[in-house]
Amino acid sequence: MSETRQLCTFTLGDFFFGIDVLKVQEIIRHQEMTRVPLAPEAIRGLINLRGQIVTALDLRSRLGLPPRSASLPPTNVVIHTPDGPVSLLVDEIGDVVEVDAAGLTRAPDTVRGAARQVITGVFRLKERLLILLDTSKVVELPEPVPAP
Amino acid sequence: MDASIQQQLIADLLVESFEGLDRYDHELLQIESGTAGADSLNVIFRVIHTIKGTAGCLGLSHIQRVAHTGENLLDLLRSGGISASPEMISALLKLSDALRSMLRSLEASGSEGDADHSPLISLLDRLQEPLGAVEPIVPAPVASPASSVVQSQCAEPIPATSAPGADAGFGFFDDDLAPVQMPEPLFPAPVPTPAPFPEAAAPSAGSGAGAAAGSPAASVSAGAPPAENAGRSNAEDSAIRVDVAHLDRLMNLVGELVLARNQILQKAGVVQDPTLLSTAQRLNVITTELQEGVMKTRMQPIGNVWTRFPRIVRDVSAELGKKVRLYMEGRETELDRTIIEAIKDPLIHIVRNAIDHGIESPERRVAAGKPEEGALVLRAYHEGGQVIIEIADDGAGINAEKVRARALRDGRITPEQAARMPDREAFNLVFLPGLSTAEKITNVSGRGVGMDVVKTNIERIGGSIELLSELGSGTTLRIKIPLTLAIIPALIVTSGGERFAIPQVSLVELVRIDTAGEGRGIESLYGAPVYRLRERLLPLAMLDRELGIVPAEAATPGSETGSNLIVLQADGRQFGLVVDEINDTQEIVVKPLSKIFRSLTCYAGATIMGDGRVALILDVLGLAQRAAVLSDATAQAAAVDPNRAASVLANREKLLLIEAGGGSRLAIPLSSVDRLEEFERSRFEWSGGRQVIQYRGGILPLVPLNRLVPNLPEPEESSDNAQVVVHSSGGRSVGILVGHVSDIVEEEGSERSAGDGSGLLGSTVIQGRVVDLFDPTRLHLSAH
Repeated sequence: MSETRQLCTFTLGDFFFGIDVLKVQEIIRHQEMTRVPLAPEAIRGLINLRGQIVTALDLRSRLGLPPRSASLPPTNVVIHTPDGPVSLLVDEIGDVVEVDAAGLTRAPDTVRGAARQVITGVFRLKERLLILLDTSKVVELPEPVPAP
Repeated sequence: MDASIQQQLIADLLVESFEGLDRYDHELLQIESGTAGADSLNVIFRVIHTIKGTAGCLGLSHIQRVAHTGENLLDLLRSGGISASPEMISALLKLSDALRSMLRSLEASGSEGDADHSPLISLLDRLQEPLGAVEPIVPAPVASPASSVVQSQCAEPIPATSAPGADAGFGFFDDDLAPVQMPEPLFPAPVPTPAPFPEAAAPSAGSGAGAAAGSPAASVSAGAPPAENAGRSNAEDSAIRVDVAHLDRLMNLVGELVLARNQILQKAGVVQDPTLLSTAQRLNVITTELQEGVMKTRMQPIGNVWTRFPRIVRDVSAELGKKVRLYMEGRETELDRTIIEAIKDPLIHIVRNAIDHGIESPERRVAAGKPEEGALVLRAYHEGGQVIIEIADDGAGINAEKVRARALRDGRITPEQAARMPDREAFNLVFLPGLSTAEKITNVSGRGVGMDVVKTNIERIGGSIELLSELGSGTTLRIKIPLTLAIIPALIVTSGGERFAIPQVSLVELVRIDTAGEGRGIESLYGAPVYRLRERLLPLAMLDRELGIVPAEAATPGSETGSNLIVLQADGRQFGLVVDEINDTQEIVVKPLSKIFRSLTCYAGATIMGDGRVALILDVLGLAQRAAVLSDATAQAAAVDPNRAASVLANREKLLLIEAGGGSRLAIPLSSVDRLEEFERSRFEWSGGRQVIQYRGGILPLVPLNRLVPNLPEPEESSDNAQVVVHSSGGRSVGILVGHVSDIVEEEGSERSAGDGSGLLGSTVIQGRVVDLFDPTRLHLSAH
């Protein structure tokens, strides 16, 4: 009776996130990156994805989380956007989970600033909370470029 | 007829007709100037004939009617019934204008428009008239008539398929019989019996007119193509039309292939497998050839654009009552299609401008001792991976004073800027929007719009434009444009551990700065790093600092023991970019950056290097603006053109302007200044009764300026830092403590008053103020 959604999940620190699986182009291991001086802080650099140049965005920085430790190479979640593919850097990739679309609840008001605009809502799973991100908002960096 | 087919047919008609009309104008002008080839009239006839036929088929009755009238006249001309008069040429040119305007309206709005072309039609009709009654003036030198001529013509270019007899057999080909059977030898040579030809033409013309009504139209135009093709050369037969979008896609794919090739080549070098290596080499060769091949398909000779110019020159000069002869050199020079499109309009504008403002009226030319007829030269050639297009006239040239005055009046420049602006820079003021030096606005130009647009358009495709002019003898505009945009040669450099690509178009030269030896290193003027390169002060930008790759303090100017300097050109000015390492040059494929980076103007895109990593492509102009090397006072004074500097140095001198305190100004010839330094006063020490400072591993004696020049006030010691002019001679150096270095200027003033032997050479007026000229021999004395 109720609709289900498939979400691609990953972790950032202690948090468990999901994005719509249809938005995901592919998931690739950590790539060598060329940084872009003067670019907004959340942009980690450019990667070569089979001849295509893809911008890599650090989700930790985008969501205002502390930087990940250097020993933990991030994973690239490449998503579709109207402006071509963009890679989101996450800590660890999880399973694709199926959730009941009706189970989406609004994010609590206590969620902090940077994250607030990009979180669509929260699913209560059995063992933990799954935070649903709005990919189109994630790649929309606030202007003007925030100073680090 | 299906609407989409109709649409397609109209699109084809437009493309074909515009091309055809350009050819038409070209041939017609050749006939006018007497340089026409034997086939000219046939070409002209066929163009109009095709337009008429196709338009009739598509129900475009206006176009068809106008074309038809012209065709009748042309037919008479071609058959030798009449010979071309200037009036006739003008009328025929108007015909192509009328057709163009109708076609354009068709293109824009889908209808032929409702412009009234009846005056033209009656003019064309009138021009045909005299011949029937009066014209058989011609003698009959050609004994054997049409038949033998037909033979000879068919024997030569056309294969047996279209023997005239066969064509004639189809009856409804009547209309097309003419082009095949009445070939070029009949013009302008007179014809034995002129009468039959006009008559022969008349019925066919009549049937053409009937076509306008409707039904026979299809057969007329259906008949047209084969006859058309038969008359054309083989080259045209073997050519096909390809959608540019297809070519663009091919070009992109080749770009990908080039990248993959680069990666494989690099890998093959590492792996050391002989089979892989030889395969990679083959791949390399094939890819290069493929790249060249695909690029070639997009190349067009610049002559394609130029075909319109004889016409434009003729019309504009006639309108202005001037006599201009157009010379075109290098019309076979090839350029990428997209670039050809982009320069078309700017070129037309420049040519019109040259005739209007550049070339004088015949009377004034004669008075100036020049030939009555002005010369306009279009020249195109390849140079260093770029295409250079020059538009040169032998006209009056540009009066730099007037340009300056005008720019000053409009508040575009300050009086100081005007005073010290070299002519060459003043010329470039004409590229400012809204600035026109034309005394009166003409129909043709002078409204002050245009040259800025020209410049913008040229720069948009990565080109540059400069203007050279000599008063009284002419003006040359030189446009430099890249061959293609997708794959460009670039210089790969490293700074702060990152690789960057710099498009070679902007590259002027590479300089190794060696500060370890005696040579001068990077100096600081006004806190801005500069480098002295052949009598020029080059403003510098440190790539790593500009991009914030290393903390700004880590790279203080002057502290490097050696660095790599890349002299770049942006917006007609030069500056130096200091990088850690210069790697090599490479063909790179330009890829756009994501929109996220749109605020970063210092990047032009990105590319993938041979090792598979991404490198950013620097936007030289954006970088220069970020580093402010083109706008500040240093750049103003420093960015003097090298050629000019060389010629100027003989009689002009660069001067360092010093505010000596108490409102007095002093100028020191820059040639006697080795270095400008700023020291903290706390570092000053005393030795042997003199003030000294430890400097570059030695002891530099310091002398206050007022010790050398009497009557100067004591230098103010208001700040913690002192500005010092370092002068060296005979292996000794001395530092002159000066008040405040304000500027570097070129001495313009001639009203130099005599000195009184008190350390001053005299006085002069610079930037509207009296400045004392310092005697540099005093420096020399103080050093010893």
